Amino acid sequence: MYDTGKVITGLVIFVGIFTFAFWYTTGTAAPRPEPKLDTPEIQKMAKKQCIEDTQFMITTHMQLLNKLRDQALRDGNRWYVNSKGEKVWISLQNTCLKCHSNKKDFCDKCHNYAGVDPYCWDCHIDPNRSEL
Amino acid sequence: MGIIVSLGAVLAIMVVAWIGGSISGLQPIFGVLVPYAAFAVFLVGFCRKVVDWAKSPVPFRIPTTAGQEVSLPWIKSAKLDNPSTTAGVIGRMFLEVFCFRSLFRNTRADLRSGYLYYSPSKWLWLFAIGFHYAFLIIALRHLRLFVHPIPGFVETLDAVDGMFQIGIPPIYLTDLLFVGAVTALLCRRLFLSKVRFISLPADYFPLFLLLGIGITGLLMRFVFRVDIVSVKQLANGLASLHPTVPDNIGSIFFVHVALVSTLFAYFPFSKLMHMGGVFMSPTRNLANTNRMERHENPWWTPPKFHTYAEYEDMYRDLMKEAGLPLERE
Repeated sequence: MYDTGKVITGLVIFVGIFTFAFWYTTGTAAPRPEPKLDTPEIQKMAKKQCIEDTQFMITTHMQLLNKLRDQALRDGNRWYVNSKGEKVWISLQNTCLKCHSNKKDFCDKCHNYAGVDPYCWDCHIDPNRSEL
Repeated sequence: MGIIVSLGAVLAIMVVAWIGGSISGLQPIFGVLVPYAAFAVFLVGFCRKVVDWAKSPVPFRIPTTAGQEVSLPWIKSAKLDNPSTTAGVIGRMFLEVFCFRSLFRNTRADLRSGYLYYSPSKWLWLFAIGFHYAFLIIALRHLRLFVHPIPGFVETLDAVDGMFQIGIPPIYLTDLLFVGAVTALLCRRLFLSKVRFISLPADYFPLFLLLGIGITGLLMRFVFRVDIVSVKQLANGLASLHPTVPDNIGSIFFVHVALVSTLFAYFPFSKLMHMGGVFMSPTRNLANTNRMERHENPWWTPPKFHTYAEYEDMYRDLMKEAGLPLERE
């Protein structure tokens, strides 16, 4: 092999960059976040059910929230009829956060884990935050 | 024909992964085994290829000389296009690797009313550089799924990339650039007859593969939503070498992973090795010192000479006896 020093240095840099995720993680995976559902409001409910079914809310809540935002603010229609035909009053702070009053243990858990920084809080506030 | 074969191959991978990903018993294969195997093939194959290249001797300096060589002090030399120093070579390599300078120099020749004209043609450069940088940023952004805590630069990239906040989840600019540029590079091969004439399955396949990766990624983000927490659990598990396969990740995720794994495994055996090759290219990484320095063949060993003086010493007596003339008595 010619220019062994340079070639090996280059290959070490290459392998180092491409295995970044391995050595940065150092063999321990972060535990899967479990958002808490034990707020007083949820515990009062007879049937613990969000406005749509759980799997849909897990994967698609952001698209639903965006749709509801547009419907409420741009069309002025604050009644959302869900897939079961029930009417829900559209309001992040008064409907969503009434049950999910634990932003830190609910919203932020997964968002921080997945590195998502939603812009909800550019306009809204968390009504339950202590520093208010 | 090459187009059908390549497209068919990519579609076949997608169908297999879609079916395999929807059977929960096969998910560890498509989610863990295939990615690990593909990544190992990539790392080992890449290094072997580079070492193989490094074994080829380059006895002479063969840089492309696209400018005036260093000569008399009053003749201006092209320091980047015909570098004679290490600094010049580093400058040339930097512009090549980061700015794709040789594509930027692309020209097209055409006949206009009987005259041959050469004009600059930057389209290939534009799509190529757009694609490569978009791919780099997309790859770096994906680190948010592999590592935890997420490094600051990944979060910054994420925020800048989605800065227009169009839609929820926000559309990344690099996603649009990636799909747009790959489509343009594919159209170039499909619709420019001169390029199509020299295109092989090995040219189409990576393009279809990359397009498939981009489209499945976008579909996963905007149409067939998957549980991103489960995705991160799997990816983070892979990076920590303690892989777990959570339930209910959609099949589309396994299609995306299968295509990326294919890209990794295919990489060392394909034209994509230009990633390593650009650094190993003797037409780029050598200084043009052909005339100022003596370059010896690396395998040069001096031959054994037998001079006439030695010959005469060997046979002096016999030659004297035979009356042959001698140079030295």
